[in-house]
Order: sequence, then structure tokens, then C-alpha cells
Amino acid sequence: MKPNAHYQNPAFCRSLADRIAEMAKGQIRIMEVCGTHTVSIFRHGIRFLLPESILLVSGPGCPVCVTDQRDIDAFIKLAGQDNTIIHTFGDLMRVPGSSSSLQKEKAEGRDIRIVYSATDAIDTAMANPTKQVVFAGVGFETTAPTIAASVVSAKRMGIDNYSIYCTHKRVPPALDALASDRDMHIDGFLLPGHVSVIIGRKGYEPFFQKYRIPSAIAGFEPVDILAAILRLVEMITEGSPALINAYPRAVPENGNATARKTMETVFDTCDARWRGLGVIPGSGLAFRDEYAHFDAARRFGITFPENCPPSGCQCGEILTGKITPPQCPLYNKACTPVDPVGPCMVSSEGTCAAYYNYAAGDDG
Amino acid sequence: MKKDRILLDHGSGGRMANRLIAEMMLPLFDNPMLSRLDDGASFDIPDGRMAFSTDSYVVDPLFFPGGNIGDLAINGTVNDIAMCGALPLYLSAGLIIEEGFPMQDLEAILRSMSISAEKAGVKIVTGDTKVVPRGAADKIFINTSGIGQIPEGVNVSGENARPGDKIIVSGTIGDHGITILHQREGLSFDAQMKSDSAPLNHLVARMLNITKNIHVLRDPTRGGVATALNEIAAKSNVGIRIRESDIPVKKNVAGFCSILGLDPLFVANEGKLIAFVEKRHADEVLRAVKEDSCGRDARIIGEVVSLHCGKVIMETAIGGERIVNMLTGEQLPRIC
Repeated sequence: MKPNAHYQNPAFCRSLADRIAEMAKGQIRIMEVCGTHTVSIFRHGIRFLLPESILLVSGPGCPVCVTDQRDIDAFIKLAGQDNTIIHTFGDLMRVPGSSSSLQKEKAEGRDIRIVYSATDAIDTAMANPTKQVVFAGVGFETTAPTIAASVVSAKRMGIDNYSIYCTHKRVPPALDALASDRDMHIDGFLLPGHVSVIIGRKGYEPFFQKYRIPSAIAGFEPVDILAAILRLVEMITEGSPALINAYPRAVPENGNATARKTMETVFDTCDARWRGLGVIPGSGLAFRDEYAHFDAARRFGITFPENCPPSGCQCGEILTGKITPPQCPLYNKACTPVDPVGPCMVSSEGTCAAYYNYAAGDDG
Repeated sequence: MKKDRILLDHGSGGRMANRLIAEMMLPLFDNPMLSRLDDGASFDIPDGRMAFSTDSYVVDPLFFPGGNIGDLAINGTVNDIAMCGALPLYLSAGLIIEEGFPMQDLEAILRSMSISAEKAGVKIVTGDTKVVPRGAADKIFINTSGIGQIPEGVNVSGENARPGDKIIVSGTIGDHGITILHQREGLSFDAQMKSDSAPLNHLVARMLNITKNIHVLRDPTRGGVATALNEIAAKSNVGIRIRESDIPVKKNVAGFCSILGLDPLFVANEGKLIAFVEKRHADEVLRAVKEDSCGRDARIIGEVVSLHCGKVIMETAIGGERIVNMLTGEQLPRIC
């Protein structure tokens, strides 16, 4: 009846959960790094099936949530330029900057359009040769290759009214930052399936070799997630850490080399600022010189201010799993989906939004 | 007239306007109350309670698989009246048309309105047409209002849900909203989707024929089933439990939602209803619903409980549990 019914089989899910309960000794903290995992875990009620000893903490894998407020302000500034069309993925529309949001700017009359792919922005650029079309580039290795491909196409076709404000980020350096944080106590990582399609299991090898924390790449259906958790619990209780691919139907060992090559043709790695986490070395993507023309920040002279007005929300602690959303003083008080303070409450993949929508303020 | 366009003159109230009404509208909506062309319609009202409702229709695109703004405008208000437990009788229709709108499209929309009204058994007894300059409206907006008669002994309201009530949904959810999104965004998914736009008054009459003990009726339009259930839980101060595996969703709609990160529980419907029925009548009412062409896929999806008042809790397909919250704004597609 439903797609992927096989991966939502209740009896199979129950048996996986039972085996996890049998296997788990003492409290185990597993971080699901990816926002899509967070939402899937809540949406399918997976926590309800797990024993209390398994604590699932949400990580920094929601691309909108880790976008620095100053980058949001930059999008808003770009939207305010004359003759400019901003293209964005829908998730970003409601995220508050320091004084506005793209949604509010759209209501003010700015031309801001939601698209499903960067290639839509190319079509807009061709159809509007007298206007500047700027793509709000937010995402991880999952979306970066398509953005890069759009830039390669634009260069080949000589489209010079198209540019990207790039805030793309890489997951492995963020994992490194999390694992090296002494205040973090993570027994195992549930690694993001979509990112892994691009970087492969091999993409995490340096990280794993450095910290040797049990890690499993997981798909997004309940059976995928529970099976990966079971593997993690086995590794944790047996003291035999490994980096495994529990999503082999989608993730090849070496990832997608073509996508990575396109990404590497256009972008070089750089240090990047993550909302709530600060600067993580090598975690960003910057335009290579040959493609610098497509860098909206450079084209329009957008600078990144040193200081950022504090928003008061505790994104950093939430994005690193140190606290859960209900422990943030603003949660469900000053910060709700209707009147959000931070992006974690806005994005469909945000941890705070997941708690608010699926657990209604309860602690998971 | 076929290749003509609407001019500002058509809304002037003068000869052009009269011609539009006489040549295009009256033949489609002919009834004695309307054809008098008085400033309003006058008619006798039956004894008892009446229901009165209004809604405005601004859908984009105007034409979509399964319908257009015209039948939506009729069905929407017919359904709002039917959800009060009433038998819809008369409608008004107000058109705001943008200058330059193709006459052919207007005719198609009016024809759909006429067919839908006929299907629902309601009469459009008064109307108004305004034409605004190009850019002052987006092609065409329609407002319809309507009144209906509430049969003796019927008391349907969002405040009336009682612990023990069974919750019936009349068919697959999310069809309309996903069809519109698919069409509007020009998404190239190979999926045959169709809006469920339909009048539900005959279905409601059929249900009330079985029992008057129907406590709540709601057509889950914008905000979808989840929003409607939350409103009812809050108004009636009861808890609601539903089972994900019992909620009917078409395979293509579920697949589309899954790709874009949308939840069908929050997607709009235009030809479905939710009914809260006293437990002892639930099976019989369900059987009656399934006999109606609008209710073939009907299911009991859950029940009202006296726990967790004001909250909707869903048993997930895998046997977990979660809250189903109200939608904040429009659902926006996710990044990855």
C-alpha cells in the first residue's frame, strides 16, 4: 500500500528493537548526525520502541540549522538589491536573520522564489537576462554537486547573470569537531545516508581511524535506522568499533566519484563558520579562482561581519547534543515555529521543530 | 465571443456587463430567483436552524487535473455548509476578474460551477462580477457564500467530540494538495494525480440518515487532516488517537510526499470529510459512507479518548507513537 512498506514492517521493526534491548548494557548515547534521520526517528515513533537505555541525540546535520545568522543576513541583503532574483530551497524562507527573513522580504515585494533544483535557477537566469539571479547555496555534500554542476553549465553556456552565495559545508570535518570535543559523550554515530551516497563509506575513514568511535551509515526508513542502531549497539557493547555501511542499497563504498569530481572542479575546501559551533577548519566549500565569477559574495561585495548580534538561543548546545530542545530556556516560550528565534525551530529537519511537532515539548 | 477577453467595461454595470450576464451566466445558472436580476434573491426559509458559510477561492493554477477554480468554489462552500450537518440550498457567487482574462477560460469556469451546483443540488441565486485593471488581481478570484437547512435533531460542531467516538475519514488524503503542488511547480514526476474536488452534501445526508448521533463533521481542506483533528481536540477538550496504518493515502501521493519531505496528514483535501460518530453507530455509518461514490476508500482511523486532552497522538505504522501537531504555515519542501 505505501512505498517502502517493506522497510516499515512493524513485526520486523519490533524484533530489531527487541534485539537492541537484549544487547544494550548500561546507558548508550548515539548521535544521529543528519536532520532527515532526526525527523524520521520522530515521525515513525522510533524512540517509543527503543529501551530507555538508548539515548538518541540529534547532531548538526540540518543544513539550514547550521547556517550562520550572518549568512542569512547576506541572503536578505542580496534580496534587497535592485534587479535581483533570489532562488532558494523552501526550508530557508522562514529562518530569521537579525532583523528579517526571506519570507518577510518576499512579502515586502522582493523577488524570492522557491526552487527544487539549482538548474531551475539557470532557467530563470536565461529567461531574465537583465536581472541578476542568485542562488542561496545551503547544504552539505548532498546538494553541493548539483550546485557545482549548475555553475559548470552556466560557464559553458556563457550565462553571466547567475551566481551562488555559497555556504555549503562538509560533514566529516564537523564529525571531527564533535568527536574532539571533550564535553561530548557519544558512544556511536549514525551517519547520514544522503551525504554518504556522495562521499561513500571511505569518506569517513580518516575520521574513524582518528577516533575509533563505532559508526554506521544508515538509510532513512525505520528498518534502516533500527538495523543500524542494532549494529552500533553490538559494536559498543562488544568493544569492537568499526565503520560500517548499513545502507548498501544506496551507498557505494567509494560514493559517487562523478559528483565529487564536479564538486571539486568548482569548489575548494575552506574554513567555515557553523551556527552555534563556530569555525570548523576545512569544513566549507569556496569557489576556485576559475569559477570566482560565480561567487555572489565576491560579485556583489558582501562581507561577513565580525560580530553577530546574539540571538539568545542555545543552538550550539542543541546541535552538539549537549542539551535537548526542552532544556533551552527559549524553547516553546519565546521560540516556537510561529515565532522562531533560531533555525532549528524553523527548518523541517531542525531538532527543535522535530521535538515541537512530534513530541510536543516532551523530552523525546 | 470565444477569442475575446474580459475588459474593464464588463465590470462597469452597463451594457457590456448586462450582456455578459445575459449571454454567459444566465443560461448556465438559470433559476427564477437569479433571473429576476434583483439586487438580491428573496425566498422562503424552512422552519428550524440554518447554516451559513462563505469562502474565497484563489487557487493557482486555475485549471488542474480533476477540476478547476469553478467547481472548487461551489464544492468548497457546499461542503462547508454540509459540515454543519446542513442540507445546502442556495449559494451566492462573486467574481473578481483581472482585465484581459480570456473569455473562453471564464466560460469553462462558469460551466464547471454550473455542473457542480447541479450535482450538489444547490442553486446560485445571486451574484456579482467585478473587473479590476491588469495586475490588480491574479486572473480570477471567486467568493461563494451559501445557506443550508439543518434537519431536526442534528447537532454537529467541532465542540461535540466525546470520548469513545470513532473517527471516520471518507477516503484517501492529500490528493488535492499534492495535485496542485505538482501542477503549480511544474514538477516532472511521472505520477497520475487528480484533485478529489467533490460535493459531499449527499454523503452527509446519507450518513445522517443512518443516525443523528454524528458529533463532528469537518472537511480537512488547508492544513489537512492533522490540523482539523487538532482543532477538534482543542475545541472539544478531548484526546484523539489515530493509527497511521489505517489512514488511506494513495501510493503516488505517499511517494511524492516522501520525496519532497511533506506529510500527507497536512496536505489539503477538497472532497473528503472526517466524521466523529458515536461508537455504536460507527460501523453502520462507515458502511453507508463506503456505498457513496465519494466514500469508497473510507476507513475508521482512530477514536476519541479522555486522556491527553487537546492533543492528537498517532500510533505509527511500525508500532511507535508520536504527537501529530498543527501545521504552522505552508509546508515547504526540504533541502535534502
